[in-house]
Amino acid sequence: MSIAAAKQSSKTGWIAGLMLAVLFVFSLCVGVGDMPIIRLFSDGRVLELLLVSRLPRTLAAILTGAGLAIAGLIMQTLARNRYVEPATAGTAQSAELGILLVTLLLPSASLLFKSLAASAAALLGTTLFLMTAHRLPPTQPFLVPLFGLVYGGVIGAAVTFVAWQADLLQYLSVWTNGDFSGVLRGRYELLWLGALMVVIAWIVADRLTIMALGRDASIGLGLDYARMLQLGLVIVSVISALSVVVVGMIPFVGLVVPNIVSRLMGDNIRGTLPFVAASGAILVLGCDILGRLIRHPYEIPVGTVMGCVGGLIFLWLLFRRPSHV
Amino acid sequence: MPDRRLLCLAGAALLCIVAFMTIGLRGNIGFVLALRAMKLAALLQVSVSIAVSTVIFQTVTNNRILTPSIMGLDALYLFGQMLLVFLLGGLGYAALDAQLKFGGEIIVLMALATGLLLPMLRRRTDMGLMLLAGIIFGILFRSLHSLLARLIDPNDFAVVQGASFANFNDVRTDLLAFAAILTIVGIVIAWRARHVLDVMALGADTATGLGISWSRTVTGLLLLVSALVAVSTALVGPVAFFGLLVVALAERVVDTRSHAALMPAAMLTAVIILVGGQALFQHALGSSSTLGVVIEFVGGFAFLVLLVFGSRK
Repeated sequence: MSIAAAKQSSKTGWIAGLMLAVLFVFSLCVGVGDMPIIRLFSDGRVLELLLVSRLPRTLAAILTGAGLAIAGLIMQTLARNRYVEPATAGTAQSAELGILLVTLLLPSASLLFKSLAASAAALLGTTLFLMTAHRLPPTQPFLVPLFGLVYGGVIGAAVTFVAWQADLLQYLSVWTNGDFSGVLRGRYELLWLGALMVVIAWIVADRLTIMALGRDASIGLGLDYARMLQLGLVIVSVISALSVVVVGMIPFVGLVVPNIVSRLMGDNIRGTLPFVAASGAILVLGCDILGRLIRHPYEIPVGTVMGCVGGLIFLWLLFRRPSHV
Repeated sequence: MPDRRLLCLAGAALLCIVAFMTIGLRGNIGFVLALRAMKLAALLQVSVSIAVSTVIFQTVTNNRILTPSIMGLDALYLFGQMLLVFLLGGLGYAALDAQLKFGGEIIVLMALATGLLLPMLRRRTDMGLMLLAGIIFGILFRSLHSLLARLIDPNDFAVVQGASFANFNDVRTDLLAFAAILTIVGIVIAWRARHVLDVMALGADTATGLGISWSRTVTGLLLLVSALVAVSTALVGPVAFFGLLVVALAERVVDTRSHAALMPAAMLTAVIILVGGQALFQHALGSSSTLGVVIEFVGGFAFLVLLVFGSRK
């Protein structure tokens, strides 16, 4: 990294950190319950509200946002296509299918076990997607996301069908639309496993950058391609499955954030990974706060807000960028 | 011979219609028949309008895997409907005459669809880009729809709630007459334009060279497509992959892209799948609600197969 680029990135880093800190504090203060900050330590109920509801919710938003953005980044590296992300490549829908089947077969399973099943299903669905996606002609880059979207739609139809038969449609909507309003202390801690996955991604970041060069080039550079592919798939699947289990599906985070960051800072994953994570967290937390404010004291689920905000950003990205990818 | 194949399709379609009307008849036969005839009329309109709009849309965009609903037109219709409720309020909306309301929704959809799609077609946007943009439009409009749904009064929400899922079982019979006029006018226009459509299928440059005012024709055809999409969405709700499935099958059967054969073939195939499927699921198997999901699943799967194998040639 040249000195100018390093300066630039440290400046961007400061801005991102500051924004995240501001949103963090703001998110702690916004909500239905009245929470005067000055009485934080004198009034026990204020502290309790903070620790039981606001803090977990804020942390959950940050963890989910960072995790989904990283999952999108890795997914884009693996598929070698800028326009895929877990929610549009069947990963999230496979995770839903996994939870649904566990709920039907073993209704008493713990949340951890459900997450495991969801992760396994997500892994299977994503592997199938990648195997097929590699057979599509590389000269038409838009075919891969298109394939992913319809693939996700077909799995989604299967999920709806099973849920319909078992009379679980209402239950299903908890996972299909991301919402942080149910997050309380004791109900989001699984998301820290996603943070662990982000750390693993950080450790192998250099190898991921090489993987982006393609299979032959990375094998030529001495990379164990198959192992890295498996690792990448596991990271993507676990992060998406956890966020589906705990908060539900949030579209566009994994798509929009890595694209913007790569436009600003290039494609060295070691250098961009912290910014991708921070921007993802900022985007999701910002949308959650927006959802809480638009119709205060009622709430709009973060998945809906993100569908509008993210959709607009993505269309802007599509039509601004020259047609080569 | 396309003619003989068309006759076979027509025979099969007729068979499906008869099956739909007669399987499992019980109780007051006259009442049941009248009820089923209403439903049949709706299903026929839906099949025909989806088939015709998809054929025209594929010709205009010069692509076999594009359909109005993949480009998010039915999501746009629902969004337009929600927008009307949002602007007029639930009471004002409910007080409006059903046909007037439907007319308003169609005009909103026509304006929005032409405004969005025409610039993309004019700029000869790359097909893949257009597809992707269309799907994102779909997600965006669905999200905007549910955003507006959260913003309006819960009572107002109940007014539009039923419309957002495909439901072949419980069709809107109050709009039937008005929609029938629209569908018939639409078919007549499409049929009269069949030769123009054949020329349009050669591509924008060739069509212009052959003396067709390209952008005016495309505008007209897009308006027609939007009206037909509005008919089918208003009657049963959004159906994502049905049109794609139908046209792909019809093309295999008649083995030509000539509109004089393809359009009737697509209509008949749509009737066979929809009416036959409904007869099978509702009257024979008794699980009426699943046809939409099954069509979605099979149609999506067909799309994937087309994509993987069609692009490798």
